[in-house]
Amino acid sequence: MSTQAPESPTALPEGQHGLRRHSDGAGAFVPVQTRSERFRSTSVGDFDEVTGREAVWKLSPVDRFRDLLAETLDGGPTPIDVVSAPGTTVAWVDRTEARTGRAGTPEDRAAAAAWTNTEQVLAITVDGESDENTTVRRHGFGSAPRAAHVVVEALPHSRGTVILDHSGTARLTENVEVVVGEGAHVTVVTVQDWDDDAVHLSSHFARVGRDATLKHVVVSLGGGVVRVNPSTHLAEQGSGVDALGVYFADAGQHLEQQVYVHHDAPNSRSRVSYKGALQGTGARTVWIGDVLIGRDATATDSYEQNRNLVLTDGTRADSIPNLEIETGDIAGAGHASATGRFDDEQLFYLQARGIPEDQARRLVVLGFLIEIVQQIGDSALEARLEEAIEAELRGGSAATAP
Amino acid sequence: MSVLEIRDLHVSIDTDQGTKEILRGVDLTIRSGETHAIMGPNGSGKSTLAYTIAGHPRYTVDSGSITLDGEDVLEMSVDERARAGLFLAMQYPVEIPGVTVTNFLRTAKTAVDGEAPAIRSWIKDVNASMAKLRMDKSFAERNVNEGFSGGEKKRHEILQLELLKPHFAVLDETDSGLDVDALKIVSEGVNRAKENTDLGVLLITHYTRILRYIKPDHVHVFVAGKVAEEGGPELADRLEDEGYDRYLSAATDA
Ligand SMILES: Nc1ncnc2c1ncn2[C@@H]1O[C@H](COP(=O)(O)OP(=O)(O)O)[C@@H](O)[C@H]1O
Ligand SMILES: [Mg+2]
Repeated sequence: MSTQAPESPTALPEGQHGLRRHSDGAGAFVPVQTRSERFRSTSVGDFDEVTGREAVWKLSPVDRFRDLLAETLDGGPTPIDVVSAPGTTVAWVDRTEARTGRAGTPEDRAAAAAWTNTEQVLAITVDGESDENTTVRRHGFGSAPRAAHVVVEALPHSRGTVILDHSGTARLTENVEVVVGEGAHVTVVTVQDWDDDAVHLSSHFARVGRDATLKHVVVSLGGGVVRVNPSTHLAEQGSGVDALGVYFADAGQHLEQQVYVHHDAPNSRSRVSYKGALQGTGARTVWIGDVLIGRDATATDSYEQNRNLVLTDGTRADSIPNLEIETGDIAGAGHASATGRFDDEQLFYLQARGIPEDQARRLVVLGFLIEIVQQIGDSALEARLEEAIEAELRGGSAATAP
Repeated sequence: MSVLEIRDLHVSIDTDQGTKEILRGVDLTIRSGETHAIMGPNGSGKSTLAYTIAGHPRYTVDSGSITLDGEDVLEMSVDERARAGLFLAMQYPVEIPGVTVTNFLRTAKTAVDGEAPAIRSWIKDVNASMAKLRMDKSFAERNVNEGFSGGEKKRHEILQLELLKPHFAVLDETDSGLDVDALKIVSEGVNRAKENTDLGVLLITHYTRILRYIKPDHVHVFVAGKVAEEGGPELADRLEDEGYDRYLSAATDA
């Protein structure tokens, strides 16, 4: 466990546009900063140029995506293919109409750049109750740097699943807002099945209403640099989130996720569970899990875990859980983090039953990762992801577009 | 009719304190249909023998041989040995998260037979074996050994024995930690496998209790890495009365 290092010695309160965060004082004593006090702004100009030493960037390969930290980016609509469930609508709407900013505010320059430069918002609205999912295939971003903004809104008491499915190449920075209305139960899955050269920086902000639940799933398999940072604000009593993630980094891939859950109301519940595998020289993963249990979040129950399976030499997995508790009255809070090599005893057991070594290895790794996939609750997607992970294990490209 | 032959087997392991010799010249011949009990005190090398037969990478064979119908077992990989008809019921079976019993059994059966089993009769066989071992149907969808009790793990080992139909099975303290009911159920499973497939059994045990349910043809007393005495079933009765003390003092004197 480590403590969240502050971004700057003088943290500014949230939402003060026009103020500039200081970045001087490097090496000076910095008090522990609570996650909720991190600097936030929707305007790219409020953030300094990125040095790569900032807390939010220090584990990321910023030189591989400096173009996405620019003041101006192309924020126009991009091609989508939509299969929508009854009751769910998907539309491009003007920024002003979309009522953005209801679930969160950017905490880093890439997210602010996306916010500043987006002209139209992809609005996905879940209404009614459906067992069918809505899949939005996003592709054809091209190789120029781009900005995007997605808003998923689950209307009160609705139920549904939304899958954002990414493929092809891209240089994309974006914000995804998820607004979960009172009593709604929604699943949001983002699948990163990009080509090897893609860069994808995505900040997800979810606000979960009273007695509502969000299941949020991040699946990162393909892409050069994929950084998906989901924040969930458990804003009202009885709200809950299952934040799940699964990733498989091959040689040269950087897959990162900074997961934040803010318990801000009584009886809220969170479960964060991310699992990853690393294979090949330069395979790199980062997981940072912040859980903040605020003063008013009494009787909350939270648990976060990250497990990484290292399959070869030459990889690096960072795993940093961080728990801040501001109330004495909680039902439970815990965290676990483990990064380990392949368990040879499991291999022996399977081989002792006649299963050849390479197949035994695949079974174990697939078993390790599939535990997350099985919780998605969409059998077609689960089957496809299982195949995609098997393809990763065979060392081939994922090649899983439906 | 198959023969598993172990000749003058010397085995060591690498420890932090250096190489440690554990097996010091083991000789053993088992034929199809025979049941050999290997009895010995803790630390005498019983599991080492079992793991060495199965090919666990931790154990180094310094000299001697293991052959199956004349084929050099030591040259085979772990999975090749299993496919050749050797089976080890583990003393401490490991958990394999995310791999269901159903998936595991089908994968193992396919590997051992060289082809996928016919789906209908396979499901029937699995269900029948599970019922006889008093394993609830829900086991099939659980992950291998995950959250299984000690007794459930052992039943699961015997389930595999019944379904994979090896020529020889090494049972490493399958009886340890079982209550009498579970011991009977597990023993019945072994006896069924013996009847149905003419299985040769190497029954490793610390206690004589299981020998009431699985009748050995031969008993070998294992002390300090080798066979100290051999005999028929009457030797087990004597051990029941006298324990291992007699051998242990002899071993320390030596
Ligand atoms: N992994 C190990 N590390 C160190 N010593 C071991 C290890 N495995 C076995 N040994 C030693 O080898 C000897 C034989 O062990 P084992 O074969 O497990 O005996 P048994 O099954 O008869 O109880 C013991 O002295 C034990 O301490
Ligand atoms: Mg033992």
